[in-house]
Amino acid sequence: VIERDLLGIEDLDREDIERILQTAAHMQEVGEREIKKVPTLRGRTIVNLFFEPSTRTRASFEIAGKRLSADVVNFSTASSSVKKAESILDTARTLDAMDPDAVIVRHSVAGVPKRIADVLDAPVVNAGDGAHEHPTQALLDLFTVHQEKGRIDGLTVAIIGDIAHSRVARSNIFGFLKLGAEVRVAAPPTMLPAQVETLGVKAFTSLREAIDGADVVMALRIQSERLAGSYFPSVREYAATFGLDRAKLRFAKDDAIVMHPGPVNRGVELASELTDHRPSVILDQVRNGVAIRMAVLYLYAGRRSSRPRQRRSGEGWK
Amino acid sequence: VSRLLVRGGRVLDPASGRDEGGDVLIEDGRIAAVGRDLDARGAERLEAEGGWIAPGFVDLHAHLREPGQEYKEDIASGGRSAVAGGFTAVACMANTQPVNDDPATTDFILDRARKDSPARIYPVAAATRGQQGEVMTEMAALVGAGAVAFSDDGKTIMDSGVMRRVLEYSRLVGAPVISHCEDRTLVRDGVVNEGPVSTRLGLPGNPAVAEVVHIERDLRLAELTGAHLHVAHVSTAGGVEAIRRARERGVNVTAEVTPHHLTLTDEATLGYDTHTKVAPPLRSAEDVRACRRGLADGTLDAIATDHAPHALHEKDLDFAEAPPGMIGFETAVAVVLELVRAGEISPLELVRRLSTQPARILRRPGGSLEPGAPADVVLIDPERRWTYDPAKGWSKSRNSPWAGRALVGRVMATLVAGRLVYHADRGVLVP
Repeated sequence: VIERDLLGIEDLDREDIERILQTAAHMQEVGEREIKKVPTLRGRTIVNLFFEPSTRTRASFEIAGKRLSADVVNFSTASSSVKKAESILDTARTLDAMDPDAVIVRHSVAGVPKRIADVLDAPVVNAGDGAHEHPTQALLDLFTVHQEKGRIDGLTVAIIGDIAHSRVARSNIFGFLKLGAEVRVAAPPTMLPAQVETLGVKAFTSLREAIDGADVVMALRIQSERLAGSYFPSVREYAATFGLDRAKLRFAKDDAIVMHPGPVNRGVELASELTDHRPSVILDQVRNGVAIRMAVLYLYAGRRSSRPRQRRSGEGWK
Repeated sequence: VSRLLVRGGRVLDPASGRDEGGDVLIEDGRIAAVGRDLDARGAERLEAEGGWIAPGFVDLHAHLREPGQEYKEDIASGGRSAVAGGFTAVACMANTQPVNDDPATTDFILDRARKDSPARIYPVAAATRGQQGEVMTEMAALVGAGAVAFSDDGKTIMDSGVMRRVLEYSRLVGAPVISHCEDRTLVRDGVVNEGPVSTRLGLPGNPAVAEVVHIERDLRLAELTGAHLHVAHVSTAGGVEAIRRARERGVNVTAEVTPHHLTLTDEATLGYDTHTKVAPPLRSAEDVRACRRGLADGTLDAIATDHAPHALHEKDLDFAEAPPGMIGFETAVAVVLELVRAGEISPLELVRRLSTQPARILRRPGGSLEPGAPADVVLIDPERRWTYDPAKGWSKSRNSPWAGRALVGRVMATLVAGRLVYHADRGVLVP
């Protein structure tokens, strides 16, 4: 039995992950139909509560919800009164009073989905919190790798880039380890989190060593605001040392695939030549993202039949 | 003559080294005699029922929020919470609004204290104007008004030249300079201890070395100037070690540690509970062990609460935005009694670090049951089990990581100048 909320891959066990991936395989079939819509979540309300700008993830959740016939409401900082004046928990309580069936939360600070889940009646799905987790991204990455390789067990996965500030890295580290892969991370020493080995990975400061013999090479987006924080000296130097191109990729396995959570800084973490064609599977990741999010909504938002608390029905107006 | 006999307890008086069963006789607000079979004709009686009778605790570090942030705490509520925790005197930090950086504000605090607080209040004045780290405050005038120490607390003085002058000038007034030692350029946006926990949580880390390098800097400046440096809330093994070595070479340094840094590790933060957010952050188990050893061997002179009230709606913010700090008066002794039960420190030495040492650091009376001393006394039942509920406490705020926790050891009564100001069954009694 899956937990009420999906806050992180760290909280899931192998069976939970496999169940979500299997469900996603069914959901993918829906997306291949001429009419891409099923009535599974008809009458259910899903709120996209995004405290941080996001186009891609939000659209993916919205499409997933709509394919399942749910009513999807977007509640984002740009179009609401969410400011410092209102605490995140007040915002959550306000939303809860409108009885959503699931709330998808994204926030720039780690831990916010957990805090919201603690006060909310509705299930919470984490759509990315600070540098903590981005579980649906890891699930779609696992799904994509499984699609390509037919297995996860025994593979070698190298994650390259700003591991310290990456929620994608954390979720993927937990996910691939739980499904039996070996996980390596590589970055300039300033971008490796403190004692990252405690997560169960091998850490490298050499791209070449990290991808040596790897089945999967995942590049992370480098954010130029890290320049101001003195995490690296220049984009040029980063691209030269950790940017992935065909020449460097030779050290990986011949049939290695290249992944990226997007959007790609072309010519920085990933050469353009690798972005658009195989062995890159970036657009497959995006496509699979919808199926994964359908599966997650089905499993987390679809089973809320009876309400735990006493409801007032409004009989005063009858 | 008003007389009160505190009867039948284990008398713990670090000032005289006394640790034996007996009574304490109080006359006109002062200790008159300690021992057995005292001549107490006509005296009122307060039964200690076998618990500890100790000098009232003195807190070197608390935030009472008045003037300016009375929605969090004020001198009346803070004073009540203090005596409910056995603290008969409290040094209150200068980060009020306005900052306590001039004699008028110090006057105001002391005036409020006289009217509203059952505990003695010792104002700590800012070391620099507006805690801006630039121009030092009028230390002579502030001491004249009643300030007992100088500190910019959480607004650490980063300019080493300014810190040097502050320490030098403090020798004029003979008051300690209290330093919150964290190099802000290393802390940056760090909110949890840097290490496996920050890595798992994905929250920006605050490295232990940020404290250690700043303690080292201030120790060197104290050595240069000969001034009395008091290091606030030491939280790291490296910090303890630096102070130990400085003391060996004769540096005029004292140091405090909080109950939370003695008993909680950064793993308490794993659920993102903002009640565990504090500055400096909760550290690793190794750091906690080093702080406990430092307290036991005397490297860390005193236990201070760093009582820091914040409103519920402030702690409801996300972990980066929520203000650091936790309330601490009413849980302090119960929390640190864990060290006695673990056999790491004797009851007498624990009391010394809660009362005698902090009074000495501030150069105030207190921390003593010797005849003639002010009758600031606390009665403790070290074995009483209770569940802490901040909503039933005396602070205006409830931000405590111990909320709902079962604790062992409780303050049964508190006397200030011979007057019963708190009793566990009757609550805070005056004013």
